[in-house]
Amino acid sequence: MITFIPRDKVSKNWIIIAPILSIVFTIFFGLLIFTFLGYNPLETLYQIFVSPFSRIDRISDILVKACPLIIIGTGLMLCFKSNVWNIGAEGQFIMGALLAGFIALSFPNIETKFFLLITILAGFVGGALWAFIPAILKTKLNVNEILVSLMLVYVAMLFIDFIVRGPLRDPMSFGFPLSKPYPEGALINKIPFPGIGFLGQLHYGILFVFLLVPFSWIFVNKTLSGFKINVLGSAPQAAKFAGFKQNSITITVLLLSGGLAGVAGVIEVSANIGQLQPEVSFGYGFTAIIVAFLGRLSPIGILFAGIIIATVKLGADNAQMTMGIPKVVTGLFEGILLFFLLTGETLQKYKIKWSEGKK
Amino acid sequence: MAKKELDILLKATKICKSFGNFVANQNIDISIAKGQIHALLGENGAGKSTLVKIFYGVLQPDSGSIEINNQKISITSPNIARKNGIGMVFQHFSLFPALTVAENILIALDNKIKFKKVVDEISKLSKEWKLFVDPLKLVSELSVGEKQRVEIIRCLMQNPSLLIMDEPTSVLTPQEIKNLFKILKKLASSGCSILYISHKLEEIIELADEVTILKSGKSIASIDAKKTTTNFLAETMVGKKITELKKAIRSKSKKIAFEVKNLDKLKDHEFGISLRNINLQVNYGEILGVAGIAGNGQVELMEILSGEINSKDNDQILLEKIPIGKTNINERRKLGIETIPEERTFHATVPNLTLSENTFLTYFFKYSNTKSWITNLLNNPQNSLDESKKIVKNNDVRCPETNPLASQLSGGNLQKFILGRSLANNPKVAIFSQPTWGVDIGAATAIRQKLLDLSQSGKAVILISQDLEEIFELSDKICVINEGVLSEIFDVRDITATDVGLLMGGKNRKNQKMDPIK
Repeated sequence: MITFIPRDKVSKNWIIIAPILSIVFTIFFGLLIFTFLGYNPLETLYQIFVSPFSRIDRISDILVKACPLIIIGTGLMLCFKSNVWNIGAEGQFIMGALLAGFIALSFPNIETKFFLLITILAGFVGGALWAFIPAILKTKLNVNEILVSLMLVYVAMLFIDFIVRGPLRDPMSFGFPLSKPYPEGALINKIPFPGIGFLGQLHYGILFVFLLVPFSWIFVNKTLSGFKINVLGSAPQAAKFAGFKQNSITITVLLLSGGLAGVAGVIEVSANIGQLQPEVSFGYGFTAIIVAFLGRLSPIGILFAGIIIATVKLGADNAQMTMGIPKVVTGLFEGILLFFLLTGETLQKYKIKWSEGKK
Repeated sequence: MAKKELDILLKATKICKSFGNFVANQNIDISIAKGQIHALLGENGAGKSTLVKIFYGVLQPDSGSIEINNQKISITSPNIARKNGIGMVFQHFSLFPALTVAENILIALDNKIKFKKVVDEISKLSKEWKLFVDPLKLVSELSVGEKQRVEIIRCLMQNPSLLIMDEPTSVLTPQEIKNLFKILKKLASSGCSILYISHKLEEIIELADEVTILKSGKSIASIDAKKTTTNFLAETMVGKKITELKKAIRSKSKKIAFEVKNLDKLKDHEFGISLRNINLQVNYGEILGVAGIAGNGQVELMEILSGEINSKDNDQILLEKIPIGKTNINERRKLGIETIPEERTFHATVPNLTLSENTFLTYFFKYSNTKSWITNLLNNPQNSLDESKKIVKNNDVRCPETNPLASQLSGGNLQKFILGRSLANNPKVAIFSQPTWGVDIGAATAIRQKLLDLSQSGKAVILISQDLEEIFELSDKICVINEGVLSEIFDVRDITATDVGLLMGGKNRKNQKMDPIK
């Protein structure tokens, strides 16, 4: 039997060494698996870890991919810190994108970019409303939020599918389930760099991340609300003793995380797609759960975790495209990486003790 | 004391056990004779529970040896302990409330017997040892004393040669304790050894043949219990002279500080307690002691007195005749009512937060409501750094570093911090639940002195405690809570410990008027 014993003190050196060791182990097992399956192991590792950094436009693609992960992950951080298990960010992402899309398509001729403020706000409201359902069911009827938020993901997926095939379908789409293209005022442009032009898909939406990270850091560490969230998550009884209202904290974190997922949805669609289609998210809402935990539920950590996960996802895509490695194999590799990263983090905090167990 | 080799049932030599850097047991030697009642005495954290868990196979020692009947054995699981004749009654009972007594005993048996036979066996044992319980009753319907009897019967079913009892009297009334002692003495005279763990000195003198005293994980003395005094035991256990409390000389004010009138509260979960028709009042300069066995509604009463939960009507709770039943806990703090719940960690404090953050926990409203909106917005635990340092300094809270996590403090020091945090608010009314529970004698004395000082300076104090000695030592007036019903209030000079014991066991409930609540 294995028992985990908390360490008295987390060593500062290990905070740096553990992730490096995790990557070394991942590479080792990756080499084994790729060799065993008959792929050139060194080239595969190159594709996964190095190729995303090999060109400056690829680096900017990492940021583009990390952008929704960081935004959603930051929202989920607030939930998870207060022991509220919002698993439905994927659905809130879709509903945010959908409501914003509805507003955008209602003004087909608008050109001013100030309109973006309205669509982003609409995205926040859409996501927050979708998260409000589990929030109200949990606080009023004590219904488990994990179940409700997860099930609502599938409702949202089917709903957007219905909308783009029905009410919002573009008559000129030749039968494809697509909406009309967004008006100019609802599109997020790529960032032009003087003398270079565009860097991959890098768009202005990334600015939102640069605002969000410091603001969420201040919110968590320097405000009473952040303190309340922390206390509620660590000791609900103590939150009562301090006079914090559990239900209003629960509702607040769900609305904030739903809203942020919705904003991520708006940015993703407005910057990269430009119209509504049945699939607007590619599992961002679920991947962000991993990002939130890998980032140890801290805003700065989530920034880095988002970038790491985005890198590996892009690297895996590259390996699939250039070497024809099947998706399941790169998926396996991603799994190994996560396993070692999380193991490394656990072993920083706990010692392992092997003991003779009962048979 | 010399013992013949033959007479020794269990002999442990040089037992060591550590948890991380914390050494719980260090070279402990102990030998228990056959038919002996052997007491294990020590303060909280001295290593008593660790040692007996090693004997019962729940924990494995790092080094050292255990012999039973002169044969060296290694007890790797409770199963093996039971096979070697060791039975244990834990401090916290491990019974399923939804099953009957006989079912509970049946599932714990190592060898499978028919249900009918178990029932017969229980009836036989309970008659033989005067351990009266109905085998077909549900455990949830039993009193604490009865539950303990079930645990003892469960051990006796295995014909033990050694019975370990971990603080068995902490949940019993004085009458139940007397009864238990009779049973234990009878058991011992029939040849069963008993290892009896306690920190209550009088009990040990009355019951035990031999006492082994543990202090900070070491066995420091084995003494003949019949030839010693409580004072000697106490000083050996603590390692220093115990300071006596300075009794307060009070100016008796007749001004009512805090009142509760006809308070009812239905339980909100299955194993909770409903409060029924609670009435109490406390004057300034007075300590009102609320005695009672744990789990009789103290937690529920505390929730409603502190303001974590509101009472149904505003005028069920009054501060200087002003109704406050509908105010929340922070409004009550601002009015000068300070409360301390019995759970130190996870309720009164958050263990993984620092002391300054834990100060902020009940102080945060003092730093908002300033004129500058940015200060209000950025109201964070940094603000309470100075206040928490002051609390640490004024209350002799010993910290391993300047602003440690609450979990780094020992129970006694954490409680001193919690008390200091409340007193720093300069309360008019202080309501404290089990303030010295599980705290070492040194800290307990300091805390009791603070309560006396508080009442002497004219404040009203309500002390909810299951420690009868403490209640009698500190209180001016005493009442008893039993199954959610509060007795009338007695002057401390008009009531004896026996009377209080009877009330704790629920004796007065029949003559008290009780309106069933809907």
